[in-house]
Amino acid sequence: MHAIFLRGILAAFVAFSGSAATGAAADELIGDAERGAKVFEKCKSCHAVGPDARHKVGPHLNGVFGRKAAGLGDFDYSRAMRRAGADGLVWTIEKLEAYLENPKVLVTGTNMRFRGLKDKQDRLDVMAYLRQFSDRPRDIPEAEPTAITEEVRLSDDILNIEGDPDYGEYLSSECMTCHQTDGDDEGIPSIVGWPTEDFVIAMHAYKQKVRPHPVMQMMAGRLGNEEIAALAAYFSALN
Amino acid sequence: MALNRRAFLGTTVGLAASLSAPMVLGQGKPRVVVVGGGAGGATAARHIAKGSKGAIDVTLVEPTRTYYTCFFSNLYLGGFRTLESIAHTYGKLASDYGINVVHDWAVGIDRDAKTVSLAGGAKLPYDRLILSPGIDFVDGAVPGWDVTKQNRMPHAYKAGSQTELLKAQIEAMPEGGVYCMIAPPNPYRCPPGPYERVSMVAHVLKQRNPTAKILIADPKPKFSKMALFQEGWQNHYGGMIEWLGPDFGGDKVEVNADEMTVTIDGEVNKVDVCNVIPAMKAGRICELAGINDGNWAPVTGHTMQSRIDENIHVLGDACAQGDMPKSGFSANSQAKVAAMAIRAALTGTKQFPAKFSNTCWSLLGTDDGVKVGATYEATDEKIAKVDGFISQTGESADLRKATYEESLGWYAGITSDMFG
Ligand SMILES: Cc1cc2nc3c(=O)[nH]c(=O)nc-3n(C[C@H](O)[C@H](O)[C@H](O)COP(=O)(O)OP(=O)(O)OC[C@H]3O[C@@H](n4cnc5c(N)ncnc54)[C@H](O)[C@@H]3O)c2cc1C
Ligand code: HEC
Ligand code: HEC
Repeated sequence: MHAIFLRGILAAFVAFSGSAATGAAADELIGDAERGAKVFEKCKSCHAVGPDARHKVGPHLNGVFGRKAAGLGDFDYSRAMRRAGADGLVWTIEKLEAYLENPKVLVTGTNMRFRGLKDKQDRLDVMAYLRQFSDRPRDIPEAEPTAITEEVRLSDDILNIEGDPDYGEYLSSECMTCHQTDGDDEGIPSIVGWPTEDFVIAMHAYKQKVRPHPVMQMMAGRLGNEEIAALAAYFSALN
Repeated sequence: MALNRRAFLGTTVGLAASLSAPMVLGQGKPRVVVVGGGAGGATAARHIAKGSKGAIDVTLVEPTRTYYTCFFSNLYLGGFRTLESIAHTYGKLASDYGINVVHDWAVGIDRDAKTVSLAGGAKLPYDRLILSPGIDFVDGAVPGWDVTKQNRMPHAYKAGSQTELLKAQIEAMPEGGVYCMIAPPNPYRCPPGPYERVSMVAHVLKQRNPTAKILIADPKPKFSKMALFQEGWQNHYGGMIEWLGPDFGGDKVEVNADEMTVTIDGEVNKVDVCNVIPAMKAGRICELAGINDGNWAPVTGHTMQSRIDENIHVLGDACAQGDMPKSGFSANSQAKVAAMAIRAALTGTKQFPAKFSNTCWSLLGTDDGVKVGATYEATDEKIAKVDGFISQTGESADLRKATYEESLGWYAGITSDMFG
């Protein structure tokens, strides 16, 4: 049902708009949770998940995303895992993927006797399955992501709209929740009427995390070069 | 002139090129009806009207003439804002953007005829309908409480007179009295909202009534920014605040509004103020429209269209979309994606990939602000979180002050983005 309806919507996009966003590489969910449940068969001899999960040979894996390694007080971890946790290892998507690919590479002295999952898709799918048993971002906004970030890459159609005022305007609508169009700068600086070059430099400094500030690093982090250019053009023209 | 021509051409191209276009030629301008003039609805109405420059006929249906933002209503409780400073009216949306603002309730939706009926008797036809009605409470969620008890035991989870009432009750507490909050189960509007409220109540009590106590009964084992709140409560308010999670019976609660008692896990507590925040569901009009699945209205993140009726877009707290928390920032962000998609569908403007973001600031005490934020993208299944950040425990006072000041800037920004 949903799938069919969605396809209908996507078709409508193409029909409605000359240069539709068909080529945009949207960020992907970590993997396929249903397939992941099957991959988890390989872990089941040692790990449990779900409402009644208890420790087995390995710790239960409820709430593992965003948790510090060796973070459960009532499980007897290896010294190596406890040290990794104390050093700041937290189970993010990236760290878990590395551990599941080859446990010994990330935590050399771990006593998880498992060779690892060589197939990347298996790792992504089992993570998608496990992700369901951790905090949901809807309820706890700081919970770990459920999708993997990709550099925003757009189709040629979209790339050609560099400096396109419509695109700049659409992208800018997200900025106007904080920065005001009229250039008021109470608490948050004004960004209207800047020379485009200064604007581009400031945005890249946030994107590359040279300039500190978590909000702006995050906002700039997912903008491509063309998008920053379109925004610079749009804001420089506002006065 | 040039703009009009472009909009006109856009419309024709859109019509000619699309097979599934619901538009009818010769009926004049396409019509968008927006139900609910809050964070989602006001933003969507303004962006559609502003972007289409008159090519789309926009009607906004909202019963109240003054909208009090829930965001910063906790700061009003804490004495950091006045009530007037969180009040907004719809004058500019009508005068500067040509939006037809109708102060009435939507009471029914005929999805086949594509009309909205209003309490006053009018019927509004639409080509696209936006529903952003916010939340209502789940009946029977807290035993002993229903909306008829809201004057004795206010929720103050829709801002305005309820917030005023709660503030008056807190200020009238006897020396050494007890303020009790019944916190809601997930999902609910503004995940850090109840805990920011507790911080603000504590701030007031510390000054006026320092021996008073705050008791929170919570059905959840964990809440947003928990470590930050707990650190802030310890730093600012010593032992004033007691939080009872489900391990301590916080999920087994009953209230009695006549006796002013709260029974937690069988133990009766006499309280002076009882702030009941019940479980929530989508604003009732979504149910009446028949677009809910359970308590919420599922949507696709690409366009915010209902999964049940593609002529309806649902925004903000009322929709089930995936990873975004129910917040004013989220509703505002979703409104812009919907506005873009609707303009593309009705007048053939360009369709860009959906991007969303959210940041929730919370005030712990004077000049002590914290925040949590994330960016999201639409996948076919849901709106998915891709990146984020959160304030850290132990941050410097300067950073916390800057964070609070940022939230003031955000408030000015989002309200001018909603109301012009
Ligand atoms: C205490 C508190 C603190 C908060 N703090 C923050 C914060 O700091 N930051 C943040 O981002 N968010 C915050 N929020 C959350 C935020 O207020 C909501 O998420 C946001 O308002 C949701 O927007 P909405 O458009 O879905 O609903 P609303 O803004 O509630 O708007 C819904 C509107 O629809 C109208 N309506 C309902 N039914 C009908 C009908 N049948 N016909 C016509 N009109 C109708 C209502 O009158 C209302 O005006 C807070 C909330 C609370 C309670
Ligand atoms: C042969 C038993 C075994 C198998 C099979 C196994 N594990 Fe483990 N796992 C362990 C043990 C033991 C630990 C504790 C490691 C330590 O303390 O060094 C562990 C630790 C972990 C941790 C870290 C938990 C924490 O709390 O820090 C994760 C995550 C994990 N395993 C995931 C998996 C997944 C996913 C699979 C299947 C693909 C898997 N494991 C297969 C035994 C196993
Ligand atoms: C959640 C609120 C928020 C959003 C949304 C936001 N910004 Fe910002 N922005 C800030 C804050 C706060 C600062 C100040 C940061 C600092 O101190 O470095 C800032 C700083 C900037 C600066 C540097 C200003 C200066 O004076 O040096 C630029 C440029 C900028 N933002 C552009 C953007 C653009 C473009 C967008 C939209 C893509 C955007 N911002 C979205 C909050 C926001």
